[in-house]
Amino acid sequence: MTITVPRPKLNWRERLYLPAIASGLAITLKHFKNMLFGRTKVTMQYPEQKWDSHLPDYYRGAPALVRDSGGRVRCVACQLCEFICPPRAIKIIPGEIPPSDRFAKVEKFPQEFDIDMIRCIYCGMCEEVCPEQAIFLRKDYAITGFTRADMVHHKEKLLEIGGVMHGVVLKWNEKK
Amino acid sequence: MNFFFIITSLIKIAIVLGVILFMVSYAVYAERRVSAFIQDRVGPNRVGPAGLLQPLADMFKLLLKEDFTPRTTNTFYYWLAPCLAVMPAIITIAVVPFGSTLFGIPMVIADVNVGIFFVFAISSLGVYGIVIGGWASNSKYPFLGGIRSSAQMLSYELSLGLAVIPVFLLVGSLRLTSVVQYQIEHGWFIAPFIGDWMNPWKWLLTIPMIISFLVFMIAIFAETNRLPFDLPEAEQELAGGYNTEYSSMKFALYFLGEYAAMITGAAVVVTLFFGGWHFPGIPDGSHGWIFGLINIAVFLAKVAVVIFLFMWVRWTLPRFRWDQLMRLGWLFFFEIALVNIFLVAGILAYMTP
Repeated sequence: MTITVPRPKLNWRERLYLPAIASGLAITLKHFKNMLFGRTKVTMQYPEQKWDSHLPDYYRGAPALVRDSGGRVRCVACQLCEFICPPRAIKIIPGEIPPSDRFAKVEKFPQEFDIDMIRCIYCGMCEEVCPEQAIFLRKDYAITGFTRADMVHHKEKLLEIGGVMHGVVLKWNEKK
Repeated sequence: MNFFFIITSLIKIAIVLGVILFMVSYAVYAERRVSAFIQDRVGPNRVGPAGLLQPLADMFKLLLKEDFTPRTTNTFYYWLAPCLAVMPAIITIAVVPFGSTLFGIPMVIADVNVGIFFVFAISSLGVYGIVIGGWASNSKYPFLGGIRSSAQMLSYELSLGLAVIPVFLLVGSLRLTSVVQYQIEHGWFIAPFIGDWMNPWKWLLTIPMIISFLVFMIAIFAETNRLPFDLPEAEQELAGGYNTEYSSMKFALYFLGEYAAMITGAAVVVTLFFGGWHFPGIPDGSHGWIFGLINIAVFLAKVAVVIFLFMWVRWTLPRFRWDQLMRLGWLFFFEIALVNIFLVAGILAYMTP
């Protein structure tokens, strides 16, 4: 079956073609002028302007380890986050706290705590599973590096991002 | 041909060449900014304040790229073509008066008495760069681009030449400085507000002059491969057209030639229809060197306005189809330009001075 597409019959003004060109030029000139005088709202100039202050509280950025108000690393190297992590981005090597230590009750501490930020999918499961409230997803989102090794966040880096967190769960507190 | 003439000419050539190359690099920047503004974008704004050093970055990028010559090309012509694309565009500017006088030296490199013939003769050579480049690349898209270019140039050269005949019917000389001189005495061709402008015959003459200007302008668009007629390098159809196989500095030369041709075209349009370096109320360079400089500045400002017009049209209109282009050239502009000549000749025959 053939379909005949009816062509619109143009009047003389449309066939002259010039009025259409003129109106087109007027439209583009209007856009040019609005942009020139800053009346057009364009995209945010990203590295100079940032949206950081508008990020919601529940924003899931880079995962990070936190210290408690006493300056102690909260992680007890239970390895639950390593186990739950869907892309297996977390690698923990636990160390033992000697019995003579003040916090001997805690038993373990993370000797090494690496999160491969190439693998991390920012799902937040590590934060959810952590019994000690030691790992949190912070608002850092621009994670960059020149090599793959650069993209692995070691313990120091994670603690630097995490900072101090005042919380309620204090397993090693004597009163608990 | 004395020593003084040779020295001043060499200085003028050096300065004009420098100014042209400077203008080309900033025309590329302006093109990107104008297109961005028209499309509600920001455009290049990273390198230097407001991106003003972008041309330098572009230059370094093009210089440092690998200059790759495909194995299947016809090497001699492949190397020759980009040079052929640049030279005509830059040579043409020699006859265009870009200012009155500065310290008594006329601000035109070569004031030949066949000025407009020189412009047409040399600027038509620009097509060789494209055709030879398209053929020597030994690839189908450049080849198609070259073919299209040759046919397009042939079609629009006609209306280009015919459109300016009315101007020279009025002026009575092919020298471009006398075209400017005529416009100083009788007003710009498309806006004759000076001299005997109360004369109704003068206004009657303005109508064919505006037609002539429109036809000439459109033909210049086609001649310089600017957008409603950029079929030789139609990016979407031909993957870049005649310059597909070129890289690095050879591609840059094509780019340079294209923009230099645009600047030259704008300069010719300004000289023929917008009164060249003349602006009402500003005396010429014989009244002091400061006026000589102002005249040059006026000329450059007018050229900048025409270049903006080129860009504005480019980012507004879509490309013509091939048959539409040919029909427009042969069945429309050619006839209009031809009738226009008779119109002007008729008016001139009955015009009371």
